[in-house]
Amino acid sequence: MRILNYILLAVFAGLLIYATVHLPARGDADAPMHRQENVVGDPVAGAYFISNAYRDAATPNMVTVVLADYRSVDTLGEVLVVFTAGVCCFLILRRRLYD
Amino acid sequence: MTNPSESVIIVVVSRALARLIQLFGIYVIIHGHYSPGGGFQGGALLAAGVILLRMTEGYRESQTETSTAAAIPLASLGALIFAGTGLVTLAFGGYYMDYGAVPVPGVEEPIVRYYGILLVEFGIGLAVMTALVAIFDDMLGQAPGGDGEHAPAESTGAPPKI
Amino acid sequence: MNWLVELVLYLLLLTTAILALSVRDLLAGAAAATAFTFTMALLFVSMGAIDVGFTEAVVGAGIVGVYFIAAVFQTSRRTRD
Repeated sequence: MRILNYILLAVFAGLLIYATVHLPARGDADAPMHRQENVVGDPVAGAYFISNAYRDAATPNMVTVVLADYRSVDTLGEVLVVFTAGVCCFLILRRRLYD
Repeated sequence: MTNPSESVIIVVVSRALARLIQLFGIYVIIHGHYSPGGGFQGGALLAAGVILLRMTEGYRESQTETSTAAAIPLASLGALIFAGTGLVTLAFGGYYMDYGAVPVPGVEEPIVRYYGILLVEFGIGLAVMTALVAIFDDMLGQAPGGDGEHAPAESTGAPPKI
Repeated sequence: MNWLVELVLYLLLLTTAILALSVRDLLAGAAAATAFTFTMALLFVSMGAIDVGFTEAVVGAGIVGVYFIAAVFQTSRRTRD
C-alpha cells in the first residue's frame, strides 16, 4: 500500500511537470495573455489596464488601480471573507460575554 | 502567551518594535499608490503589531491597543466604509465602485478616482486589522473584562512594570 | 544567476514542506510551515510579482504562523500518529 502511494505520487508529479514544460516562458511578450487581441480577435482587458491605468486614476502603481478601481468588487469579496472569518470566530469561540 | 512576559528585555524591545511595525503598516497603506502594498498588507502589518503586544505584554495590559470588545464593531465599520463608497457612487448615477462618477467641483476625474482609491484602502486596512486581532483574541479564548480560562495558575510574581 | 537563486529556493521549499509534514513536534511543524510560506514569498518576489509576495510574507508568515502557535497553545503539542 505504501509503495502504491509513492507510485501514485510520482505519476502525479510527472503529469504536473509534463503540463508545466509546455507553458509559455515567463515574461514572454508573445504569450496569449500578453497580446493586444486574443485568438478570436477581441481586445484583451489586461492591455487596456496597462495602457490606461495612469490616465484613469493618476496613480503610478498599476496594481493598486486594478485592485481598488477596476476590480474593486473582487477586493470587496476578499475583505468580506476576512470579515466573515472574524465574525464566525466571534460567534463560535468567544466565551462568557453574556452570562 | 496570555500572561505578561517575565523578561523585561522582551517587553521593552517588543514595545518599541510594535510601534515600528505599525508605523510601517500606515506607510504601506498611504503609500500604496506609489509602491507595492495596499490596504490588505498594511492592515495585516497593523494587526501584527497589536498581536505582538498581546503576546508579550499580556492580554489585559494590551487592551489599550485595539480592545477585544471593539474589534468586531471596528471591522464592521471598515467593511461599511468600503461598501458605502460604492453606494455613494451608485447614488450619483455611476456604476458600483465607479469613483469617477462623483462630481467634485474643481477637481478632475482622475484625482477623484485617486482619493476614492485612498478611502477604500483605509476601509480595507481597518477591516483586516481588527478582524485579524479579533480572530487571535477568540482563538485564545479570553473573555473581554472577565477572568479568562487561562488565568495565571502558578503566579510568578508581579508583571514587570516599566 | 537568477536560475541558481531559484533552484536554491525550490530546494528549500521542498525541504521545509517535507519537514513540516514529518516532524513530531507540532510547534516545530508550525515553524516549518512558516518557513515554507516565507520561501514561497521569496519565490514570488524573484518571479517579479512583488505585491503577491508582500501579501504572502505578511499574511502567511506573519499572521497565520501566530494563529498556528495559538492553536498549538490551546490544544496539545505532540501529534499522536
